[in-house]
Amino acid sequence: MTGFHLAQVNVGRMVAPLDGPELADFVAQLPEINALADGSPGFVWRMVDDGGADATAFRPDDNDDMLLINCSVWESVEALRNFTYHTDHLRVLSRRREWFHRMAEAYQALWWIPAGHRPSVAEAMERIAMVREHGPGPLAFTFRDPYPAPARTAQA
Amino acid sequence: MTAEDSAFAVLGMLGDPVRRQLYRHVAAAPGEVGRDAAAEAVGISRSLAAFHLDKLVEAGLLTVSFRRLSGRSGPGAGRPAKVYGRAEGEHTASVPPRSYDAVSRLLAEVVENAGLDRELHAAAKAAGAAHPDAVAGDLVEVLRARGYQPFWDGETLRLNNCPFHALAEEFPALICGMNLALIEGLATYQWSPAMEPCPGGCCVALSKNKSH
Repeated sequence: MTGFHLAQVNVGRMVAPLDGPELADFVAQLPEINALADGSPGFVWRMVDDGGADATAFRPDDNDDMLLINCSVWESVEALRNFTYHTDHLRVLSRRREWFHRMAEAYQALWWIPAGHRPSVAEAMERIAMVREHGPGPLAFTFRDPYPAPARTAQA
Repeated sequence: MTAEDSAFAVLGMLGDPVRRQLYRHVAAAPGEVGRDAAAEAVGISRSLAAFHLDKLVEAGLLTVSFRRLSGRSGPGAGRPAKVYGRAEGEHTASVPPRSYDAVSRLLAEVVENAGLDRELHAAAKAAGAAHPDAVAGDLVEVLRARGYQPFWDGETLRLNNCPFHALAEEFPALICGMNLALIEGLATYQWSPAMEPCPGGCCVALSKNKSH
């Protein structure tokens, strides 16, 4: 075990309001997919709003009321990759363009955090900004260009 | 030896029809296959099967490991038997040289960046439905012919191979969605395809509708 966990954030711009018919299928599948994440091997934590079920009440950009955020913490890149691409989550992911616009800029980031840390919305958005500005690097990266967890410091 | 030379050397190993049959049997099997089972499936002696299977391992087309097939363990359980499975690597050779993989990667990247998932999925579904064998035929055979290596797992038809593996790894949402749409197009009303990723294989599984 390392003393680090992997944080993940992605944002998406809805094609229509969350409570409208266009997003209905997405909203209907959220509880099931969130439960699947919560029970997946290597899952640590998932950001939720005051409602306590999911993060759909957050609007991470003050100037964009159609932007949703999804942020979670995992034990490893592999654990996150398995959930993302090798479970039923893929079924929902493959329909992303029915509900979310394509983003011209980077819309996701991965980064290492000390185990136990819980990222904030602002911190997560900052990591996406890093990928946008500098491309993938050790402080904010992507599935396609992963970086290893920092080496443990000060071993006894 | 160039990469092309080694691809030809590996593929040349499959020139022998018996060896090719053995390869197909082991590669399509959902788990590892022992020598007896492989020999029986192809209708040859155990020693001939062993010879060819080991040649296929040498060529890097199959992997070998040891397992006690009897289910017993401890002293008196006998020696572990050799079992064979499909190796990970991909081998492609083309004469004259063609590079459709490079083109497909470029196209996928453009489609992904342009956000054209739904257009791709619609085209895939239409292509599946337009397949001449799709409506008339036996879906299991159609999938087999397309390289999916279908097998029954109880009532569920699973697919042991992903024909789009490298692209699916790189663009999972796009390509797995396309693949589901393609299979939906190929399948008749008697079938329900669903996304149910199978490790090492395809992310689609199918079940037969009970009533129609």
